[in-house]
Amino acid sequence: MITVIELGCANTASVLFALERLGVDAHLSSDAAEIAAAQKVVLPGVGAAGFAMNRIHELGLFDVIRGLDVPLLGVCLGQQLLFEGSDEGDVQCLGLIPGRVTRMEASKDFVVPHMGWNQLEVSRDDALTAGVNDGDYAYFVHSFVCPVNDCTLATATYGEPFAAMVRKGQVWGCQFHPERSSSTGARILENFVKL
Amino acid sequence: MLARRIIPCLDVKDGKVVKGVQFVGHEVLGDAVDMALRYRDEGADELVLYDITASSEGRTVDYNWVRDIARALDIPFCVAGGIRSAEQAVKCLNSGADKVSINSPALERPDLINELAEMAGSQCVVVGIDSREMALPLPKSVEHFSDKEGQPSKNVDYYVHQYSGDPDKIRQAGRRTLDWVVEARDRGAGEIVLNCMNQDGVRKGYDLKQLRLVRDLLDIPLVASGGAGSTEHFVEVFDQADVSGALAASVFHKKIIHIPDLKRDLRQAGIAVRL
Repeated sequence: MITVIELGCANTASVLFALERLGVDAHLSSDAAEIAAAQKVVLPGVGAAGFAMNRIHELGLFDVIRGLDVPLLGVCLGQQLLFEGSDEGDVQCLGLIPGRVTRMEASKDFVVPHMGWNQLEVSRDDALTAGVNDGDYAYFVHSFVCPVNDCTLATATYGEPFAAMVRKGQVWGCQFHPERSSSTGARILENFVKL
Repeated sequence: MLARRIIPCLDVKDGKVVKGVQFVGHEVLGDAVDMALRYRDEGADELVLYDITASSEGRTVDYNWVRDIARALDIPFCVAGGIRSAEQAVKCLNSGADKVSINSPALERPDLINELAEMAGSQCVVVGIDSREMALPLPKSVEHFSDKEGQPSKNVDYYVHQYSGDPDKIRQAGRRTLDWVVEARDRGAGEIVLNCMNQDGVRKGYDLKQLRLVRDLLDIPLVASGGAGSTEHFVEVFDQADVSGALAASVFHKKIIHIPDLKRDLRQAGIAVRL
């Protein structure tokens, strides 16, 4: 059973459907007690970091998410929320992964949002990246980026390299949308299910 | 490297993909979910699903088939047709669409772009623009600047059109395309789809000149639409107009271009594509 946190941002349905395609029992929840007792948790998110962090506080989920001792996967904005803070709205995030999320500078050559299929470079072996090869494509849509550091599992490059996948302890993150990344995304979600 | 996107556009009516036959109804090509999956299997990078009767029937997109597509598909898709409020857009996104595209309603009420971007984030907001080059008569006050033959000068420029889905309602929207593109970006659009009407349906190639002009103004993704007829047209639109994606409908539906062959040829031409 996987619990997908419902923050009231758009797009939670896609993550749920992707887990259903894998034959996994998954459900949406914004209930603190239910999430605290979950076996595995996905934190999806589309939209603004400030809005999502406000929702996390309003729902009483800040300490619940920080205190989880089961596998947690942040997806897209969900990965950004795992970091200490974000320049998007100058907001304090969950602080589970070190570093600060910064804005991608738009230019004529590097239009923002970074939208489309980009290639992964795997930085180190991990249960979540099993079967993922350098050069595999994943689908990204974002305007803010996570820094590359010791927690980086895979990078992608758009102007500069950034953290496409992260891990620290029981906490994982994907900047791209595994639910929209065809077979590569399905593989990563399956790896998470099998943890 | 970020790949250039190949985007088939499907016209949907009651959950079926249809091909418009002028003024005499529509020919059903297949079930929307089946066709979406077929294009996914062939390597489409993204799909646009356009609810063609939503606007003319005065309703919004049918969320049921949006949900059916989202359940089945593992590549991104954008939904268009009759979205007039941020609430409707959010319902689409909550049903599993990755993006929504707005066209005529954004011209009727440009604040819709701001509202959508605030509620859902710019990355979900696509502004579709139907545009063609045309000559407008100059206002009376400047008519004396006539050319040598004594003809009044004309404003030759690209102009936005509205309600292009309905031959009885289509009209010039009273805006220069280059102005509208910048305004849409400033209001929070995350992507522009420029449908070049001069080229639409004739399969003689994308309007490279117009696309290049628009591309030079933008620091958000631009998708080319209208005119694709051969692999060469895709090569030149990426090479010369530097667009992020190329959208096409009939060449894919009529199997004039097979996406795996197209992508192989694009890669051979040195264009980054996902194989």
